[in-house]
Formats: sequence, C-alpha cells, structure tokens
Amino acid sequence: MNKMQNPETLVIANANKMTARKVQVHYGTNHAIKDVDVDILDKTVTAFIGPSGCGKSTFLRCLNRMNDTIPVCRVSGELLLEGENIYDPRVDPVQLRAKVGMVFQKPNPFPKSIYDNVAYGPRIHGLTRNKAELDAIVESCLKKAALWNEVKDRLDSPGTGLSGGQQQRLCIARAIATSPEVLLMDEPCSALDPIATAQVEELIDELRSQFSVVIVTHSMQQAARVSQKTAFFHLGHLVEFGDTGQIFTNPGDPRTESYISGRIG
Amino acid sequence: MSTVLLLGVVLVLAAMAFVLCRGRALASAGGDMRRLHSLPEAYGWHGALMVALPALAVLVLWLILQPVVIARSVGAILPVTTTTQTADEAQSAQNAEELALMDVRRLAAGIDSAVSSGQMAEVAPDGAGADMAALQEALAASGVALGGAITPETLAAAQKYRSLSAIGLTARTVFTLIAALAGLAAAIMLTQKDFRARNRVEAVIKMLLIAASSVAILTTVGIIYSMLSETLNFFRLYPVSDFFFGLTWSPNFRGNSEFGLIPLVWGTLYITLISMLVAVPLGLFSAIYLAEYASPRTRNVIKPLIEVIAGIPTVVFGLFALVTVGPFLRDWVAQPLGLGDSGSSVMTAGIVIGILNIPFVSSLSDDIINAVPQSLRDGSYGLGATKSETIRQVVLPAALPGIVGAILMAGSRAIGETMIVSMGAGAAAKLDLNPFEAMTTMTVKIVGQLTGDTDFASPETLVAFALGMTLFVITLGLNVLALYVVRKYREQYE
Amino acid sequence: MTDTATPTPTESLLRPSRLMSRRNAAERRFRLYGITAIAISLLVLAIMLFTILRDGVSAFRQTSVTFPVVLTAEALDPSGSLDAAAMAKVTTIGYGKVIDSSFLAFLQAEGLAVDGLSDKDARAILSKEAAGQLRAQVLAEPALVGQTITMTIWTNARIDGYFKGRVTMESAERDGNVSPEQLQLADLLAENGALSRPFNWQFLTGPDASDQRPEAAGLGISIIGSIFMMIIVALLCVPIGVAASIYLEEFAPKNRWTDLIEVNISNLAAVPSIVYGILGLAVFINFAGFPQSSSLVGALVLTLMTLPTIIIATRSAIRAVPPSIRDAALGIGASKMQTVFHHVLPLAMPGILTGAILGLATALGETAPLLLIGMVAFVDNYPSLSAAGALDPATALPVQVYGWAQRSDPAFIERSSGAIIVLLIFLVIMNAAAILLRRRFERRW
Repeated sequence: MNKMQNPETLVIANANKMTARKVQVHYGTNHAIKDVDVDILDKTVTAFIGPSGCGKSTFLRCLNRMNDTIPVCRVSGELLLEGENIYDPRVDPVQLRAKVGMVFQKPNPFPKSIYDNVAYGPRIHGLTRNKAELDAIVESCLKKAALWNEVKDRLDSPGTGLSGGQQQRLCIARAIATSPEVLLMDEPCSALDPIATAQVEELIDELRSQFSVVIVTHSMQQAARVSQKTAFFHLGHLVEFGDTGQIFTNPGDPRTESYISGRIG
Repeated sequence: MSTVLLLGVVLVLAAMAFVLCRGRALASAGGDMRRLHSLPEAYGWHGALMVALPALAVLVLWLILQPVVIARSVGAILPVTTTTQTADEAQSAQNAEELALMDVRRLAAGIDSAVSSGQMAEVAPDGAGADMAALQEALAASGVALGGAITPETLAAAQKYRSLSAIGLTARTVFTLIAALAGLAAAIMLTQKDFRARNRVEAVIKMLLIAASSVAILTTVGIIYSMLSETLNFFRLYPVSDFFFGLTWSPNFRGNSEFGLIPLVWGTLYITLISMLVAVPLGLFSAIYLAEYASPRTRNVIKPLIEVIAGIPTVVFGLFALVTVGPFLRDWVAQPLGLGDSGSSVMTAGIVIGILNIPFVSSLSDDIINAVPQSLRDGSYGLGATKSETIRQVVLPAALPGIVGAILMAGSRAIGETMIVSMGAGAAAKLDLNPFEAMTTMTVKIVGQLTGDTDFASPETLVAFALGMTLFVITLGLNVLALYVVRKYREQYE
Repeated sequence: MTDTATPTPTESLLRPSRLMSRRNAAERRFRLYGITAIAISLLVLAIMLFTILRDGVSAFRQTSVTFPVVLTAEALDPSGSLDAAAMAKVTTIGYGKVIDSSFLAFLQAEGLAVDGLSDKDARAILSKEAAGQLRAQVLAEPALVGQTITMTIWTNARIDGYFKGRVTMESAERDGNVSPEQLQLADLLAENGALSRPFNWQFLTGPDASDQRPEAAGLGISIIGSIFMMIIVALLCVPIGVAASIYLEEFAPKNRWTDLIEVNISNLAAVPSIVYGILGLAVFINFAGFPQSSSLVGALVLTLMTLPTIIIATRSAIRAVPPSIRDAALGIGASKMQTVFHHVLPLAMPGILTGAILGLATALGETAPLLLIGMVAFVDNYPSLSAAGALDPATALPVQVYGWAQRSDPAFIERSSGAIIVLLIFLVIMNAAAILLRRRFERRW
C-alpha cells in the first residue's frame, strides 16, 4: 500500500468489520457509555479520542469483552463482528479475544523469554502443529513488529529485560501472533518516549495492511498521523465519527472543535 | 523488708517526687506555667524517674548478685575437694558442689520456716551443739522433708547462709532507700523553671524503648548461648561424628547410650515430606481459587473459615491424630494393605501437620498471587487465554519465587512441629520406608529427653540440647532463605 | 491471507471450536481443583471439631447415684468429741466403709439385686473419690456425724462410660475393670431413679486425679495456671512489644543495628516453639533458679515466644497511621515523643490490641515449650491465688489435654476432649473480642 495515496478514498472501499449499535455500558449505577454507534472498517486505523474519563477506553474494552473481567460492568446494545453478535450467550469471550487482540497502555511482557512471549498465543490457541511452524510465526511476528533485528540473537532472554519501546513492540508482536482480525490498542504510546512512539506509529501504519486497528489515544497529533477514521467521545457519548481529515479540519460538532482547539479536555 | 514491700515504698517515694517536683517547678515560675521550660508534669515525671530508676537498679543488681556472693562464701566452708585435673572430674566435682549447696539452701529454708512458724527454737549461729536427729525430726514435723541426714558441716553452712541472707536483706533495703532518697534530693535540687525536664524525661523514655527492642536480640543470644554451651558439653561426652552420622538411636539411662541423629532426621524429613504433599496442593489450590475465581462475598466467608484452622492449638490436632486419623488409617488403609497395624505412624502425623499448614500455605500464597500485577493478567486475557491458562502460564510462573518462599516456611514449621508428632507419630526411632510405621522426630526426642528428672551432667539429657541446636539451625536456615526469596520477589513488583 | 502459517479459516464465533471445548473443559477442571481443595480443608476442619465435640461434651455430665448415707458416730468419731482435729484421725478408708455399707443397705432396701454380683463388686461401681469428698465435708461440719444425709456420689468411669455409650455389655465381658453384672445393677439403679447425670462442676473446678479415677479428674488447676500465665504474658508482652515497636517504627535510625533487630524479629517469629522451651529450661530454671512447673516460668517462656508476633502486629498498626497526623503534630511544635504518645499511639491502639489479643490466644494454646519446663507434672494442690501463686506448681489447659491423652484409660480421652472444648471456648471469646475491636474501631485512611 502506497503511503502517498489519499487514505480517505481507500477507506470507502473497505468492508465493515465491526458494527456497534446503541451500545450502553453501566458500571454499577454509573452510566459510562450511552448509545454509541460505530463502524470499524477492515484494514483501517480507527482512532478514539476524547478527554479523560470520556469512555473511549471503556468502549474499546467492550470490543473484545475485556470488560467481562470486571464484575460490576454491564454491556447492552448490539456489537457485531462480521455480522455475529459478540455478546451472544453462545459466544465464548476467549475465542473472541483470539480474533480481536489487544495491546495495553503499559507494556506488560510476561516474565518469560522473548520467544515464549510471542509463542504464548499460538500455543494456547493450538495454531501450530510443530516447532518449525511456531518458530516461523515467532520470527514473522517479530519482523512485523520491527523487533526481529534487535532481539534475534537473544530470543531466550526475558522479555522484561527489554527497553520500554521494545517491550511495547514485543507486546504488539505477541498480539498479532494469534493472527487476529482486529487489533485494539489502548494508548499504546503513552508510556513511551518520542523515538519509541515514532517507531510504534510507523508499525501501526504497516499493520493496517493486514488488520483492522482501533487505537485509543490522548494525542490528537497521533490520531491525525496514524488513523483514517476518528471517533470523538465526550462524557460517554459518541459526539462525532468520520474521516480523520474531516474531523480535524472541519468538525461538525462545536464540542469536537473545542476539544481539537484545546478549549476542553 | 520484703521485695514487694520495698518496691511499694520506692513507688510511693516516686509519687511523692512527682508531686514535690511539679510543685517546686510551678513555684519557681511564680505559679505561671508559661514561664516554665517544660510542662509542670514533665518536672514531676523527671522527679519520679530520678527516684525510681536508681533505686530499682540497686534492687535488681542486689537480687542478682546476692545469691552468687552468698553461694561463694558458704561454698568455701563446705568440705568438697576440688583438686581435680581432667575436665570430666572437674565437671562432677562442680556437680557435687552444686548438690551440696542445694542441700544447704533447702536446710536453711527449712529452719527459717520452722522457726518462724514457732515449731522450733532458734539454732545456735554456728550450729554447734545441735542434735542432728532431733533437728531433722523437728523439721519433718513442720513439713520440711530433707534428702539425707544433716551433717554438722551442712548445718554450719546453712546457719552461715541464713545469717548472710539476713544481713543482705537489711543492706539491700538500706541501699535501695538511700538510692531513692538521693534521687529525690537531686531531682528537687535540679528543678527550677529553666531546667529542661521534658528533654531529660524523653531521653530516658527513649532509652527504655531501646531496651525493649533489645529484648529480641537478647532472646536470640539466650537461645544460642544456652543451647551452644550445653551442646558443647554434650560433645565433650559423646563424639561429634557418632552423633551426626550414627544410624542407631537408643538412649539408655544406665549408660552405653547411642545417639545417632540419622533416624531422627529421617523421621522428621519423611513426616515433613508427607505434610507438604498434603499442605501444598490443598493450600495452593485454595489460594488460587480464592484469589482468582471466588467472588468477593465467597472470599469473605471462606477465607476466615480456612484461617480458623490456623487458630486452633496444635495439641487439638495432636488429639485428632491420636483418636481419629491414626485409627482410621490403621483400620482402613494400613491393615487391608498389610502395611502394619500401628495407630501412630508417619502418615498420621504427616497428614495432620499438612492440614495444620493448609491455611499457612494458602494465606501466604494468596498474598503473593495478589501481588502479581493485574496488567499481566489483562495481557493474557487480551490474547484470548482462558482463566486457568492465565493462572498456570502467567500468574503462577510470575509468583513462583514467592510461592517457593511460602513452601519453605511451611516446611520449617513442619520440621519444628512437636505436639502432633508426639501424639501421632510414635516414639520409635527407626529407618524405614513404610509410611504406616511409627517413627519419630527430633522434636519428640527433645521432649522425651528433657521431661521428667533432668540431670544436666548426663549425655542422655544433654543430647536434647544438641538436637535443639540442630533443629534451630535447620529451621533458621530455611527461614532466612525463605525471607530472602520473598523479599527479592516483592522488590521485583514494587 | 498473510505469509504466516495460519491456515485457519474464519470461523463463526457462535459455534465453539473443538479445541475451545477442550480448553473450556480444562478450565472447569482447574476450577474444580480449587473448589475441591477448599472443600477438603473445610471438611477436615468440620470432622475434627465434630469428633472433639462428640467425644468431649459428655465430660460435662457425670453419672451419679443418689442415696442416703448414714454417718455412724462409732466409725467416724471414735472419741465422740465432735472435734475436727480428733476426727481427722479417721482416714478415707473409714469413710469408704461408711459409704459402702450405706450403699449396700440402700440396694437391699430398694430390692435391687443382680444374680452373681458380689457385694464387693456391687459397691465397686461407686467412685473411689467419694470417700475423700465425704471426709472433707464431714470435717468441715462435724455436727453431721450421727445424721443420715442424702448424697449424690459419682459412679466409676466404666459405669459412666456405659451411660455415655463408651462401654457396652460386650466390651464389659472382656474388661477386667467392669463386669456385665455391674452394668445390670447400674441399669436397675437407673430404672429406680437413683441414677442421674447432673452437670459436672468438678470437671471445671477440681484438681487432676490419678490414672485410676478418670471420673474425678478436673481442670481447676490448669485453668488457674493458664489464667496466671495469660495475665503475666499480657503484662510483660504488651508493654515491651509496644515499646519495641514504637522505637523501631518511629525513632530507630536506619543502620546495621536496626536491620539486625528487624531480621532477628522475623526469624524469632519462625523459631519452633520447642526451642523456647529449651531456652526456658536452661535460662529460667537451670540458671536463674526459678521453680520448675511454675506458671511464672511458663509465662516468661510464652512471653518471649509471643513477643515477635506482637511486635510485628503492633508495627503494622503504627505504620497504618498516616504520616500527615505526625506532620500535623510536629508542625504545631509537639516533640517527637509527644507526637507518638499523644497522637500515633492512640490511633494505632485498636490495631495493637487486636494483635495483642491474637498473640495471647496463640500463647494460650501453646503446649510444647511448657512440657520442657515441667508443667506436665501431676499437680493436685491448687496454687495460691495471690501473686506468689505464680511460683507454685501448676499446669496449663493445653498441657492437661496432652497429659490426659497420654493416659491409657479411654475415659481420659473424653476428659481430654472436654478440656479442648474449654480451651476452644476461651479462644473463641478472645478471637471474638479481637474481631469486635477491629470492627468497632477500624479506621480507613
């Protein structure tokens, strides 16, 4: 995919991967997400922006049912992955999360070797038949995560010994090793320095060729740089959703404009 | 004056000093509290401490030193020959002297009580001219039973003992009171409005706090010193290598004892192993369930229930082993399998100690599992791992060092457990593989050798100290290792 | 789709894959292990408490026979002076005869007889302890001589065991200490209404009894001993423990010495209790010359043993008081000492007391070190109830449990379990106090 092409024209061509309709989230008595409708397109980077506490991370965690681990959290409405409701009682969240992977704010490599970190997903999901296949997956994922050259000589050393940026790329490699269809990223660069951030952003742009990526970010510049679609959340509402260029240059809602120009948030 | 009365007098003087000094301080400031350096109470406390501390110091010193001094001067007139050369003979001579002194003390106490209750006339100061038989009879009539016949030397020594004690008692009272009064005078002299009473009082309190925290050190020193000295005495009587590498344990109070440690260590380790096989899986799985699966409400009910086990005294577990578990295992397992018909066995003690250790393992593991950061769990769930996969492959490996520490501590507790093994494991020291046989442990033998009449000169008694020392070193080593491992683990996630 | 080896086609989420059902089965199994572990632990706890209750509750009731006893003057007061000193010449044997003849007369009067049961065996169903009690009663009130009083006298432990289900006709056949005929006589007495099972106060207040008289064994001395020890332990442990904790938390400079003390305390908390017993024997009894078996020595040993626990609990209570409180006090010019004693200590007090009570509860149940300092000895004289009583020989509740469990007569297992019930009641009260204290005063910062 050529970076010089105008992203917006490509987006239109891509199919719908995930669809959210009238999604509500309650934390106990707190109504955290109200009536959110979003379409996540295939092979597209979608950015969720908004001030702290606006619900963007909460909504992201609904997309692979990570909120299930919080007992007081209730989700209602319709959330479809390729036309199938992921909150259907027949759906196993474990199986869902293999298709909708997640990368977290703070790099969280397991206290295992670099190899075992990446091989973790394929192993638990039984994706490989032998060691050679697993080796191939680990190598290709580390390459995709632009980490291979840095770690190929020390795959057996612990993942916790890497630098912050390397750890985060290791976590991305770990997430794509299960070959998910959608990759969720919850402020993946907030714990990184500018150089590591640039590397991860470049990586996200490359990942777009294979996955649909959803990224939550605090940085509007980051959203503008990496995404094709942007959703602006405010106080649990989805205020505006559209092409990134349009949201940043010509926002339709005064709240979006205030946020982008730095008056709120 | 009796010790209690003397203490009372000192306390009354201290209270007086409080009132006097407080009043004097106020008077020196013309009744205006604001012109004092410290609060009036501080001057009062200063006075009280000035009275009580020196007086108590004199009293305590006297209480410790008087028996030693008297024993030395009385011992000098006792006819015990101490012209021996070898360590062995010196040891027995020392014991004879101690026994003679004990007789003197008992006789002196007997005469005291008989005289004070009016059943006997006072005896001549040097014991001269007394009728030994009549004296013994008179003492027996007033309820004082003596071991052997009274010799003139013993009687003379006893009389000297009595007179010295009486002098000591008077001198003690006088010196204690002098110290108290001197303190009172000094405190009153010092008290005036610019005196920094609070700082002085606080310095003294701080010294007391330091003294209190040194008790822990003193305890350790006491443990090591008392066991080490008697252990060395034991090794003077019994070869070190025979103790550590001997395969037979057969103490015999008539001599010719064999004190091989190996059978006891084997019994101890065998029982510990079985207890760990019970405690670790049950404790660890309980902890995993409580930490990872249980709802907060279930957790709040189950966790205290499991900890009830930890609050039950070990002797209760001992009775449970003796009355319930032992016969059950014998009738339903050992006999049908032809493995013996002993109610007390390694299995019985091991299982019951294991049960005792369940809450220990589970609460330590629970803490450690909870210390594993949630982000690791999220990372695993985010990749589509199930809960059990996350626990087995992420949480437990991350918590492993801490869990190993917890297991080491549980092992050290099992090794040092006494009541359950003495009631459930039996007393036969042997090297056997059959877990349904009665075997025994170091702790059981310590109890066995030290209860009843103890003669601190015989190897049969002293061996208990060597066992105690071995036990102390083993458990200390395990605990230090465990604390080190756990501390390293906690640092990793802080 | 990509260059990686992932041939899996997109599957529907609604149909679980084969692998997924296997993984979910593993998940359920794992969960089941946890539940099983908890269930086994709690089940064993329940069985243990149940067996102890089952065996022990009956110790609080004692089978007794009520019948008139004729206190014949010739037998009990040969001099006829009604003077206690002169009457004291009559030993328990004389009183035993009085009881025996009164009992036989009572059996005859009521027409209770069993074929093949000799008079000697018939009167043997009464406890041998009765004579001593009657003697004490008569010597206390000499005017009773010559009268006929109605007495309730214990039966011996076998007859008692028969009514508690421990002894049966079959076991009596094989038992040298009781015969089936004696049991039949006991049945007759029960039908007659002379047998009763009143609450056994003697079990709580009486002294220990010899191997042959389990029916008379009581916990009085061990309860007194335990209470003595708890008082001394509390008086020593709490002030020293609190003082040490205050120093370590608030004043100690961070240096080698403090580190040494800290490591030392955590190690002392894990030293096997029996080592403290060795320490007590060597230092307090052998070196310092305190009397063996006395509650003072027991208390000193338990104090040293409990101190690390109390220090650890107190330190965490002190640490839980937020630094802002200290800053506030120091900021208005209080000295460090005033800050600690006026602010930190009162706020930490509930936590300290909770820890102290729990530490005392552990000390109350501790047995092993007390065995070494001679508290397992047979003691049947009450210690004096003054402060000096701490120097008298005594036993302790848990040691009494152990002592009775070591005896051969099965009736002592009942006593032992009964003693555990008493011990557990004490522990429940102490723990409940600790919980209440925590609930009542717990503060969250």
